[in-house]
Amino acid sequence: MCLAIPGKIVKIHDDTGVVDLGGINQEISLTFIPQVVIGDWVLIHTGFAINIISEDDAFKTIELLQAVYAK
Amino acid sequence: MLNKMFQDHDLAQKIITRISGFKENIRIMEVCGSHTMAIGKWALRKLLPSNIHLISGPGCPVCVTPPSIIDSLIDLQSVTIATFGDMLRLPGNNGTLEDARASGLDVRIVYSPLDALKLAQKKETIFIGIGFETTIPGIAHTIRLAKKKNLTGFSVLPAFKIIPPALKALLNSSVTNIDGFILPGNVSAIIGSNAYEFLPQEFDLGGVVTGFEPLDILTAINMLIEQHQNNSPKIENEYQRVVSPTGNINAQQTINEVMQVQDSWWRGLGYIPASGLGIRDEFRDFDAIYKYNLNITDQQPDTGCQCGDVLKGIITPPQCPLFASTCTPANPLGPCMVSSEGSCAAYYKYER
Repeated sequence: MCLAIPGKIVKIHDDTGVVDLGGINQEISLTFIPQVVIGDWVLIHTGFAINIISEDDAFKTIELLQAVYAK
Repeated sequence: MLNKMFQDHDLAQKIITRISGFKENIRIMEVCGSHTMAIGKWALRKLLPSNIHLISGPGCPVCVTPPSIIDSLIDLQSVTIATFGDMLRLPGNNGTLEDARASGLDVRIVYSPLDALKLAQKKETIFIGIGFETTIPGIAHTIRLAKKKNLTGFSVLPAFKIIPPALKALLNSSVTNIDGFILPGNVSAIIGSNAYEFLPQEFDLGGVVTGFEPLDILTAINMLIEQHQNNSPKIENEYQRVVSPTGNINAQQTINEVMQVQDSWWRGLGYIPASGLGIRDEFRDFDAIYKYNLNITDQQPDTGCQCGDVLKGIITPPQCPLFASTCTPANPLGPCMVSSEGSCAAYYKYER
């Protein structure tokens, strides 16, 4: 029900976009993330992008985890 | 893929080793159906030592929806009922929507409320508006679109719930002995991590906003253990790649434009003040309760189901006498077995 999946934006037209879900394209509403650009990762739920996923923050989190749990 | 990075086996093992150094009992509650599923799917309960108790709270919208939502719809023979698929088998007082469909009710499963709006262009359509903050903005936007395009054949039956008041009610009920929360990643994408500051301020409890991969959940558990050891409850955000302190302001504004906070009845938990959302008067033409004069009450069938105690963390699903005997996913007696995200359904699938 609350499941949300990540997808990469490949097309934008007004407040509608197309995401690549590992080879399958799906049209979604971008109405909640007007700042989105092509190439951004977004989190998709019931046909809407609910937020942008920051690749920078994803890598930072992993680097932090690797440092904290290095031993 | 971004999520694959958070499935790394070696790093997961290192975090589990760290967690295993902690020997006290700790009770951690998650309040998101996707966390319930992820904990089961990645077998985290089995991988962690038995002193780490992971409890599934009220994180499944279908499970807390009152049966009268179903009852109110099953006599509406002249309209299309559009719904997310999870709702189809939720027991009402007089059967399920699936039963009603077999008797001729026009029930359609949709992926998005926007699909229901398309159906409404052909025939009057009621969309069942269930969900938490993750789902509500999309439905609010769809109502706004219906008004803008004057699609008067479309309406929404509002049964929306919001998470922070439910957490407060749960903690005020004092039956739950919780040491900290794994906070819902998708809900928080909308409302932001600041929305939980009442937990340390009012209840002296910590929480970690968490993603849905094994490294996310394991990291959050270890962060909560460290908070517990240091006696420093606070709100931390493990899921910074998606969640900001203030959330998605556009989505919040859309909710506020179309909906208003109201008291709400949660199946299994009862009546919780200011824990639901209704449709504002300006959008009343799109509110199915007014349009069809529907009667939403708080009666629930007495099946012996103990879903309420499961949602509060008082018992685990196998402690209910109905679990896996008369109540199964193929024949669910109670709401926690209906949705795949329900605590009982997840235990049935992954933990037996």
